[in-house]
Amino acid sequence: MAAKASRAAFGEALIELGAKDERIVTLDADLSKSTMTAGFAKKYPGRAFNVGIAESGMIGLAAGLALTGRVPFACSFACFLVGRFETIRVSVAYTDAPVKLVGTHVGVAIGEDGYTQMGLEDVACLRSLPNIPIVQPADELETRQAVAYAIEHPGPIYLRLTRQNLEPVHDTAYRFRFGKVDVLRPGNDVSILATGGTVWNSLEAARTLAADGIHAEVLNVATIKPLDEEAILRSAGRTGHVVTVEDHSVHGGLGSAVAELLGEVMPTPLKRIGVTTFGESGDAKGLYARHGLDPGGIVGAVRKFLSR
Amino acid sequence: MANPDVPKLESIAREGRVQIIRMLTHAGSGHPGGSLSVIDILTTLYFNRMRYDPTRPHWEDRDRFVLSKGHCVPAQYYCMARAGYFPMDRLVTLRKLGSPLQGHPDRVALPGIEAATGSLGQGISVSAGMALGLKLAGKGSRVYCVLGDGETQEGQVWETLMSAPKLGAPDHHLDNLCVILDYNGIQLDGFVKKILDLEPVTDKLKSFGWPVLEVNGHDVAQVDKALDQAEVTKGGPTFIVAHTVKGKGVSFMENDPEWHGKAPKPEEAVRAIREIAGEPLPSWAAPVVAELSALGKK
Repeated sequence: MAAKASRAAFGEALIELGAKDERIVTLDADLSKSTMTAGFAKKYPGRAFNVGIAESGMIGLAAGLALTGRVPFACSFACFLVGRFETIRVSVAYTDAPVKLVGTHVGVAIGEDGYTQMGLEDVACLRSLPNIPIVQPADELETRQAVAYAIEHPGPIYLRLTRQNLEPVHDTAYRFRFGKVDVLRPGNDVSILATGGTVWNSLEAARTLAADGIHAEVLNVATIKPLDEEAILRSAGRTGHVVTVEDHSVHGGLGSAVAELLGEVMPTPLKRIGVTTFGESGDAKGLYARHGLDPGGIVGAVRKFLSR
Repeated sequence: MANPDVPKLESIAREGRVQIIRMLTHAGSGHPGGSLSVIDILTTLYFNRMRYDPTRPHWEDRDRFVLSKGHCVPAQYYCMARAGYFPMDRLVTLRKLGSPLQGHPDRVALPGIEAATGSLGQGISVSAGMALGLKLAGKGSRVYCVLGDGETQEGQVWETLMSAPKLGAPDHHLDNLCVILDYNGIQLDGFVKKILDLEPVTDKLKSFGWPVLEVNGHDVAQVDKALDQAEVTKGGPTFIVAHTVKGKGVSFMENDPEWHGKAPKPEEAVRAIREIAGEPLPSWAAPVVAELSALGKK
């Protein structure tokens, strides 16, 4: 498979799944060309609702649709969607309305548009709600399966998708399992836990580190919540060193979730790589380098961490 | 529905006012003003309008009711208990630890509640979503949503006021949705007019594409007639502006912002109930007065 943005894989999967399942509807707030639901809207115009630039209203409508038997995908940029946190908190989470929330354009990787359009706090916000799982697929194959899973999931769920293309990290036999990490590369010296756009970069970093005799285990954490505690503890117990890599604020995301787990159960040295400032405009590659999320940045951080 | 039994509905609402005072007095907190302003509307909906089955709260073909102004849920709890969703004696567990009668509506805890509300401005969007979902599913059920006037200051309300009249077009217009404004003129900090005036609210709604009906929200016959009209209006949702009095039925609470969110003390509750029920105290109200008098002596 060629590199593909998870938002694009989402849009394609939705068209396929929509043919089989009449219950699926989409809601957009004037960004359907960007969230990639435009194809679904073209194919199933009676099941696609563009409600205008009104995300709070969109989320409320989605809750009502979910409560009357539809399977609504409420889509926008992650920052605009989760920015309406209060509506998600009450109308979706507390109401337990099985809305499928889809946040695209996550992280600094969106590049030129700059900070205001970057989803950098969405995981932190949604992790605080007791009943909304968070899934961030790492490539096209995983995205397609995660979308299919979201439809079957009995409650609300959040899918975190990228604007940028993602290199494939799975072979075609891969099967996404909700709530489970998958070990993309075994190793005994350090556990690298990555999610979404940083997974491939972490694999690249592991290959470079291997040349230096550092054998990193790379885990793809597609389900950020609930965390696969058993697998993470098993890996951490063996390597004794854990590094998390995410295109999200270093506060409240995957790194924080892992820190909470290790701190409570098995204190283990931990290095969290993530975004520590506001984002800014620039090319995606340059931004990944600036925030230490590119393979070189990850290699440097791991070396420094292990040589403490 | 033709020819509502007005004396019967008025009697249900009168007992509702007494039960609202009783619940809030036991709870020691809550919102009497708006519960008393909305009770006649809710009585009309629950006892002369909506299709539901309290023994099957998730019955697919039921009508939906969403109290967007969730803080006035004591009025709804009374209607639900009276309709048979749960025993009347549970009303006094309002706001107590472990009770499904949460301070604001909780769908998960209490079957029959359709959506969690109380964070204002959200219920109208959820209601419109339900109306659309029912249309897509080919159901004939209707959706009723009660909005507060202070709540209508929320931006999310206007998002849905803009979208709902055209939503679902051309095949699934939301003519199964009816939104009712409990226009009592008072919010927590004072008078709506002074804090952020909605006027001219009817003109605003009409310009957004809503047919608007205006009624006295304490006249159950008028409310019922408007609901009739909403039901036969095709091609989109209907809005009813119900003019009400905050604290209606209790002279010392009426039109006083102080009683937006303050529970009466037992002696105040007894005074209130005597006013609502009238003198001489009818036999149905006497036990409540005795109960609250005893509470005051504790």
